Amino acid sequence: MILHDLLSFELLRVIWWLLLGVLLIGFALTDGFDMGVGALLPFVAKTDNERRVVINTVGPVWEGNQVWFILGGGAIFAAWPPLYAVSFSGFYLAMFAVLAALILRPVGFKYRSKRESAAWRSSWDWALFVGGAVPALIFGVAVGNVLQGVPFYLTEDLMPIYDGTFYWKFLALLNPFAILVGLVSFGMLLMHGAAWLTVKTEGVIADRARTIGAVMGLIAMAGFALAGVWLAFGVDGYAIVGAVVADGPSNPLHSEVSRESSWLAAYSARPWIAIAPVLGFIGMAMAIRGLRSGGEVSTLLWSKLGILGVISTVGLTMFPFILPSSVDPKSSLTVWDASSSHLTLFVMLVVTVIFMPLILLYTAWVYKVLWGKVTEDDVTANSDSVY
Amino acid sequence: MELDVVELSRLQFAMTAMYHFLFVPLTLGLSIIVAIMETVYVMTDRPIWRQMTKFWGTLFGINFVLGVATGITMEFQFGMNWSYYSHYVGDIFGAPLAIEGLMAFFLEATFVGLFFFGWDKLSKVAHLVVAWLVAIGSNFSALWILIANGWMQNPVGAEFNPMTMRMEMTSFYEVLFNTVAQAKFVHTVSAGYVTASVFVLGVSAWYLLKGRHIELARRSIGIAASFGLMSALSVVVLGDESGYTTTHDQKMKLAAMEGMWETEPAPASFTLIGFPDQEARDTKYAIHIPWVMGLIGTRSLDTVIPGIAQLVDESEDRIRSGMIAYDALMTIRADRGEVAQDIRDRFETHSDDLGYALLLKRYVDDPREATDEQIAQAAEDTVPTVWPLFWAFRIMVGLGFAFIAVMGYFFYLASFKRMQFPRWSLYFGVAIIPAPWIAAELGWFVAEFGRQPWTVDGVLPTALSVSHLSVGDLLITLAGFVTFYSILFIIEMGLMLKYIRKGPFQDVEETDRWIARHEHRLRTHDGNVPGAVPAE
Repeated sequence: MILHDLLSFELLRVIWWLLLGVLLIGFALTDGFDMGVGALLPFVAKTDNERRVVINTVGPVWEGNQVWFILGGGAIFAAWPPLYAVSFSGFYLAMFAVLAALILRPVGFKYRSKRESAAWRSSWDWALFVGGAVPALIFGVAVGNVLQGVPFYLTEDLMPIYDGTFYWKFLALLNPFAILVGLVSFGMLLMHGAAWLTVKTEGVIADRARTIGAVMGLIAMAGFALAGVWLAFGVDGYAIVGAVVADGPSNPLHSEVSRESSWLAAYSARPWIAIAPVLGFIGMAMAIRGLRSGGEVSTLLWSKLGILGVISTVGLTMFPFILPSSVDPKSSLTVWDASSSHLTLFVMLVVTVIFMPLILLYTAWVYKVLWGKVTEDDVTANSDSVY
Repeated sequence: MELDVVELSRLQFAMTAMYHFLFVPLTLGLSIIVAIMETVYVMTDRPIWRQMTKFWGTLFGINFVLGVATGITMEFQFGMNWSYYSHYVGDIFGAPLAIEGLMAFFLEATFVGLFFFGWDKLSKVAHLVVAWLVAIGSNFSALWILIANGWMQNPVGAEFNPMTMRMEMTSFYEVLFNTVAQAKFVHTVSAGYVTASVFVLGVSAWYLLKGRHIELARRSIGIAASFGLMSALSVVVLGDESGYTTTHDQKMKLAAMEGMWETEPAPASFTLIGFPDQEARDTKYAIHIPWVMGLIGTRSLDTVIPGIAQLVDESEDRIRSGMIAYDALMTIRADRGEVAQDIRDRFETHSDDLGYALLLKRYVDDPREATDEQIAQAAEDTVPTVWPLFWAFRIMVGLGFAFIAVMGYFFYLASFKRMQFPRWSLYFGVAIIPAPWIAAELGWFVAEFGRQPWTVDGVLPTALSVSHLSVGDLLITLAGFVTFYSILFIIEMGLMLKYIRKGPFQDVEETDRWIARHEHRLRTHDGNVPGAVPAE
């Protein structure tokens, strides 16, 4: 096939780096409010009917939202196989915890109201809390570790090897910087969940969501600022040594990497990227303001903008690095040496260009059909068919 | 069996995959059955069909959610537990998984919520479209997953790139239209349809035995028996197609399934039953049927099917050829590709056998230093354990034929005997509910266990595919999965039984209104209104 030469290897790699960002942001914007709502559930809703209202705000859409996550996994596998191989095995036990939480969540939504027993329902409420809170925290912790570099190296056969025993690997993930980033994502997604609840609920639930959501937003903002300062003074950055080969074979060992620089050097090299953190701050600040002042749809949109800014900040700061190695910088994965082949990237792009607009279109239609507030009357009137 | 990382990873994968596949076949089939029922509802406007759609839809939902949830494990486990596999073949294998998400999974998951929540928000036709989109999405999912799996069985459209130390795609078209994948897809979805048909039939039979929901149960049996009969026929026909492709592309798997130790003159006989003995390389007390194997396997009278002994010899040749490729590869790798043309040529000539040299890694770090004994041992390793394959395959096929008989019988009663089902047949219908699951799991067992010692046939040995993990890591997650999945299974079964016992929600007012509207048309010549109303 000659067709794939239409787009250069280098360009395709950049496009897939962007698409990776699109998928992660899509995941955070949609599944993010599911997780936020799950984590908020025990605190914004006290009675059974209140809890059912909260669950039914996401009841019809969580399945579609979750696909962003699954597609994210699939796309990383297809477009960035070394990233998939290294990160999923390296964060093994953390991934297992995320998996367990993510399995618990769908089951919780679906099964919770299928029995009357109060003990049954309250167990599922806590399962939903865990299913929302644990991934929200761990995703941030993972990003925090990626920024610091992860202790892996590649053999000459490109087999990823991890240093350390299993409990050490797991506990080492929970270092102070990583926990800080974990709090940013936790606060951000709970704020987002609260913003969703202001759109979909009313009365006491919405009021509680506004209070907690604003606090969570403040935590996320403060954490985001602190993490920036920490990056400037306490975390080493990575840089490719020598000429960058952007269209070479995907073999990380072919390039040299140093740890001499700072991540923030990216902002002097490409000052325009400062727009990402600025958007992050503006979005979160406006979302907090909206939560406090009674905004609904606008609050949700600001919250989305904030998330977009925060996630883009991480990607743009690290570019072209995707997964740096702390023990063997040469093994670090970058946009230029950790992708799939030229042909695979091209084929996947064609498929994405066809289907992604369709997905956005029908997802938008489904949200439109389901538009409107969920009330306690809705839940009691359709007690058998809703969650 | 030693508790090493390879064995534990295999155990965990097998367990989580087979668990996932408890829910998948029912999703595949029930989504279509429910959509058919709703189609009848939209066409006839009879409330009973809407109630049926909702009732079976509820059971579909309870099952669907666990299929989705346990599917996440599958998507992530390649990276978690099979990281060298992910690196080595991700360039090809990842693509169908990602496309599955884009094309199929998004479709079914986005619309499934609307299926349950959209009854009052959508027009009848719009809701019907939603139901079909869920069904189509589910079935397309299976297509892409089986394209991925088919590539593991028959790795076409790819070659090894020495610069990136992995397989890379050379033709997406070949990966897509891989004959093995296509045959497996139709075989697998048909098996899903049979599973759902047996399930619907069994639950309905139970209602008839209890004298409950007669109208719903009879109509459901009508749908299940006709859909099930078609599907049961296609499972067997397409299973035969699957077997035919196996003859071409996976000779060792075929020989092991059939216990064919030695090459026989064509057309080979089929061993109906017997007791394979791996050490003696013999099948004891075998009952042979002349010609049949040759006819099914090759669809000819003169094509020879190689036996295990011959295939082991061929493996040994390929290992030696692979060692040449490996040697050339080491030179190319060391010099970053800046090597003489003759070394490149030597690699190209032998690169198809590179995977065979990797089999030696179990015994020696550098395959080039392998002794003759180690080579012979590695060649012997290419034979999977025969007896479980031999038996699993026969039980699966036996069940496949049994489903044709059962569905045929119920179809006959439903169509020509005015739904007069003898009580024994209803008991039988309930009793066989688990049977299609057994057949489906055995089918996967034959496909995957029969591919050993490879994860990707002839390309990458299983022993090399795993992640760099400790036994401790594996024991933690294995224990976690067993506990967690067992609890979920109990919960799911409990809810299924609860909702089956509860039965359909019957909207009496709606039914009465409908009868009033259609009374003139329904009245039979003796003046009675026939049973449009559910029995109680």
